[in-house]
Amino acid sequence: MIYAVWLPLLVPFLAAPLARRGAEQLPPRVAAWSLTVLSGALALSATAALALLTLAGALRLPSVARFARLSPSLPDVGPPATVPAAVAAALALTALCALAARGVRRQVREVRRARRESGAVPGAGDLVVLPDERPDAYALPGRPGRIVVTSGMLRALDGREREALLAHERAHLAGRHHLFLVCAESAAVLHPALRSLREPLSFALERWADESAARATGDRAFTARAVGRAALAARSVRGPGPGPRRPRLALGATAGPVPRRVSALLAGAPRTRAPLSRVLACLLLASVALSAAAALDAATDLHTGVEIAQGERPPSPPADDD
Amino acid sequence: MPERQHDEEADGRPDRRPAGELEAGVLAALWAAGAPLTPAAVQLELGTGLARTTVTTILTRLHAKGVVTRARSGRGYAYAPAQDAPGLTARRMHAELDKDDDRSTVLARFVSDLSPEDEDLLRDLLEGGQDASRPLPSPQPPEGPA
Repeated sequence: MIYAVWLPLLVPFLAAPLARRGAEQLPPRVAAWSLTVLSGALALSATAALALLTLAGALRLPSVARFARLSPSLPDVGPPATVPAAVAAALALTALCALAARGVRRQVREVRRARRESGAVPGAGDLVVLPDERPDAYALPGRPGRIVVTSGMLRALDGREREALLAHERAHLAGRHHLFLVCAESAAVLHPALRSLREPLSFALERWADESAARATGDRAFTARAVGRAALAARSVRGPGPGPRRPRLALGATAGPVPRRVSALLAGAPRTRAPLSRVLACLLLASVALSAAAALDAATDLHTGVEIAQGERPPSPPADDD
Repeated sequence: MPERQHDEEADGRPDRRPAGELEAGVLAALWAAGAPLTPAAVQLELGTGLARTTVTTILTRLHAKGVVTRARSGRGYAYAPAQDAPGLTARRMHAELDKDDDRSTVLARFVSDLSPEDEDLLRDLLEGGQDASRPLPSPQPPEGPA
């Protein structure tokens, strides 16, 4: 399977659309885990494939081959990478890893700065209130996590709805949802086809937190009203403004994330739509397995090739000669 | 005032929550009100069936921490959220966060922006639901639901 090394680079293009469809069928918690693990696994496989292409190309350089003590008489080592492919892979690998590392560093820095600033505001328990009429609320990860809410948001909600809001943010913190987001964000940098999984992931995380809030407050309707009222209040203050960012959902979803969250809460506890989701789950598992196996196969090929060229293992005899 | 009043409560659920969560709820209620509140008013505002004694204890604790200020009101105190020299730190923090357009990558916000179609859809959904007693987009002072 000498072309195995290219598979991990191609699989994400097929798997990402499937995963988007699959995530809609799953309960939010399962959807969030699936999307995160899937993007992580596919991104790692693709990165490994780039690394293998680079390595195979590098072994063709006389100086590297000498360093690795390869016999010059056995130049065909590893995947059949042409030199231009190896050079492209090396450039891509370097650039993508640098971008991913920079992205993670930037996010950590942002959260640190926000925490430093929020530490100066008097808070109660895990709550920090910002005196600001624009309704806004978010969870600041860290130990301990903090919930940052503006006074405008608190005024827009009544007692039970505020409880739902706080429970929602606590669910983000307790579930360490920011780690899911960082993972998906890095995966999206490492392979562009995985970018389309960020939107469904953040929706699944919001739904997950909504369901936790509904359980904590014991009232789905109040939780739904809290989400809906917060969004309407935010809009009434900000005004229609310059065309709000619509999520790029290509699957014909007519509603943005907030109405979908509200209707999901009003509709009752989430259920898995069994047959379809099982088929999709199998397909996705297969794609992850294919990606990982292909990367592994390519790595084994390369390793065997290197050992042969080092003279530590005789070239395998042609199999079908007899 | 003893801090443990759990057994007095018929519906003990809210009282068994961690102290931090109760404090957060009380502070949120004070901010939502926008005017100083007595413990009785806070209890009403919370709408969670927390015992008055518990509310008073929490308010006292928050006052000791400097998170709320209080002023004499009748036989007791009325409490309001403390703000440092006119909310300077808070404003700075907000400005700081506003600079980053893509902060939503890690900081999951409670609600995202609505498109006009979303807004109509949302109104339909919420007005269709039960308990539509309060007008919808109103940031008016709320009252605890029954």
